[in-house]
Amino acid sequence: MIPSELKIDKTPDGALLTLAGDWRLGSAIPSPDGVIAGLGAAEKGQRLAFETGNLEGWDSGLLVFLAKLFDICRRNGISVDESGLPAGVRKLIDLASPEKQRSGVTHGGEHPSFLVWVADTALAQVKGAKEVLAFIGEATLAFVKMLRGKADFRRMDLIVTIQETGAQALPIVTLISLLVGMILAFIASIQLKMFGAQIYVADVVGIGIVRVMGAIMTGIIMSGRTGAAFAAQLGTMQVNEEIDALETLGFSPVEFLVLPRMLALMLMMPLLCVYSDLMGVLGGMIVGVGMLDLGFMEYVHQSRSALNLTHFLVGLFHSFVFGILVAVAGCLRGLQCERSASAVGYAATSAVVTGIVCIVVATAIITLSCQVLGI
Amino acid sequence: MNMPAEESRSGKDAVIEVRGLEMSYGSFVLMRDLNFTINRGDIFIIMGGSGCGKSTLLKMLVGLKQPARGEILYDGVSYWEAEHEVQERLKRRFGILFQSGALWSSMTLAENVALPLEQYTTLPPGQIRDLVSFKLSLVGLGGFEDFYPSEISGGMKKRAGLARAMSLDPDLLFFDEPSAGLDPISARLLDDLIIELSESLGTTVVVVTHELASIFAIGTNSVFLDPDVKTMTGAGDPKRLLKESPDPKVINFLTRGEGAQQS
Repeated sequence: MIPSELKIDKTPDGALLTLAGDWRLGSAIPSPDGVIAGLGAAEKGQRLAFETGNLEGWDSGLLVFLAKLFDICRRNGISVDESGLPAGVRKLIDLASPEKQRSGVTHGGEHPSFLVWVADTALAQVKGAKEVLAFIGEATLAFVKMLRGKADFRRMDLIVTIQETGAQALPIVTLISLLVGMILAFIASIQLKMFGAQIYVADVVGIGIVRVMGAIMTGIIMSGRTGAAFAAQLGTMQVNEEIDALETLGFSPVEFLVLPRMLALMLMMPLLCVYSDLMGVLGGMIVGVGMLDLGFMEYVHQSRSALNLTHFLVGLFHSFVFGILVAVAGCLRGLQCERSASAVGYAATSAVVTGIVCIVVATAIITLSCQVLGI
Repeated sequence: MNMPAEESRSGKDAVIEVRGLEMSYGSFVLMRDLNFTINRGDIFIIMGGSGCGKSTLLKMLVGLKQPARGEILYDGVSYWEAEHEVQERLKRRFGILFQSGALWSSMTLAENVALPLEQYTTLPPGQIRDLVSFKLSLVGLGGFEDFYPSEISGGMKKRAGLARAMSLDPDLLFFDEPSAGLDPISARLLDDLIIELSESLGTTVVVVTHELASIFAIGTNSVFLDPDVKTMTGAGDPKRLLKESPDPKVINFLTRGEGAQQS
């Protein structure tokens, strides 16, 4: 391979550039700025011609060199005579010329000022809040319509979603709840052992799990599992224009898609919470009986005396609220999804984050309210 | 596009040879006994009705799907019998434009075009940037470097996909339904671009299409796949096939059914 060679000869009306050797990517192609610098003051404002008889080979390397050189010549008022270049090169350079580009490009490169950025962000937040409120309003109206028996959705969708969000979630709820019950018992036993009060592990685990932890753990599991799935499903439907198709046929996406998902979670979350309570207490019992030398009946009796219906109902209320929150977060993020593959991933992540934040905030509000009301 | 300085297209030497190819899905045979040669500098059209296996054949030609039987030779090297390293080297000679453009949605157009260059060349970042701008300008998208695929139209996505397919200066370009979903003017511009690339760079182009206007405008060689007899029933220059093919189905296809009405 002969290396790229460049020679500048002065001519009566400007300069002649002789290109020889190999002008392919990877070979040492000179800089176009060097060519202009090599032209004397006399050649500037005149004509640049080419001689390529000894050009060995070329590819994008030569094309990029020439495109940049022509751009510099244009800016310096140097006219270019392309007739000495191979026809293929001339055609491709012409295709890439500024005149052949799509006009009216107004994107990229420019960074808005800080004030514009603050205003844009604030407006986006307001818009986002309005969208959330509108969505909650629509979902409430759809729910009321459903109670009056007038909502448009397929009963089969509800049954399938109930199966997906209920029975199929049992294995993961079992594992997490059992482990959380065991962890709670371990932590409680470290302190209680010091006073010889290991038996109260049953109280700590029982009240902790049944009143709030069972519901929170189920809520977080469902947010990661089901909330993300809802967002991904609706996001993909948004990308594929399936939601547009529903709207054009007169269906409300909130009634048709969101309502069955919301109903399914409202029904299944309390049931999963009861199951999670049982598993959590069982986890505490495994630690209590197996490691703290408590009797089985002793543990059961202590748990029964510690728990009452109020604890149980408060836990159920938590889970009912979490069900609505997880479904709303998942469906809202799915419907807000933009039309690209990466947006679907973002929608799913956002659904999980929104779901968990809502669960924590709701727990704080409910706990505080219970405290004030003396429940 | 390692093109010598001479202007003319390279001689008619075989780049791709397909021998006794059989395509099947499980026990269902889609096509059998496919035998054809694609010469250097050809714009080769794979044509046939919907569902006849055109896109499957293209996937086999670019190494995405293994044939049930037969072989595909690139400059005499059998792709499916070659070592993994040889296959990887061969793949770097291919540029593929998928039907929807298949741009990576999380990257800008510039990043889409730059990725193969960053992966397979040792060019400095500045040169890669210049190359990316040039390739995008070549397809009429100069200035769109910072746009994301979701911000541009379907036709622009296809052109950006073409800029990415050309990023490594491949000597074989494959197009899957390039005109699908484009307005007539955009389709014509894309056809012109294919011809320019083939003539200027000597790139061998393989196009899967059933758009008659494109077939006659750009095709220099072709193969017609007939799903009823499960094999190819016509091969050669589409314009010549229209005049000389003895198969009424080929004539029917190339005349949008008007040939059958006349007979």
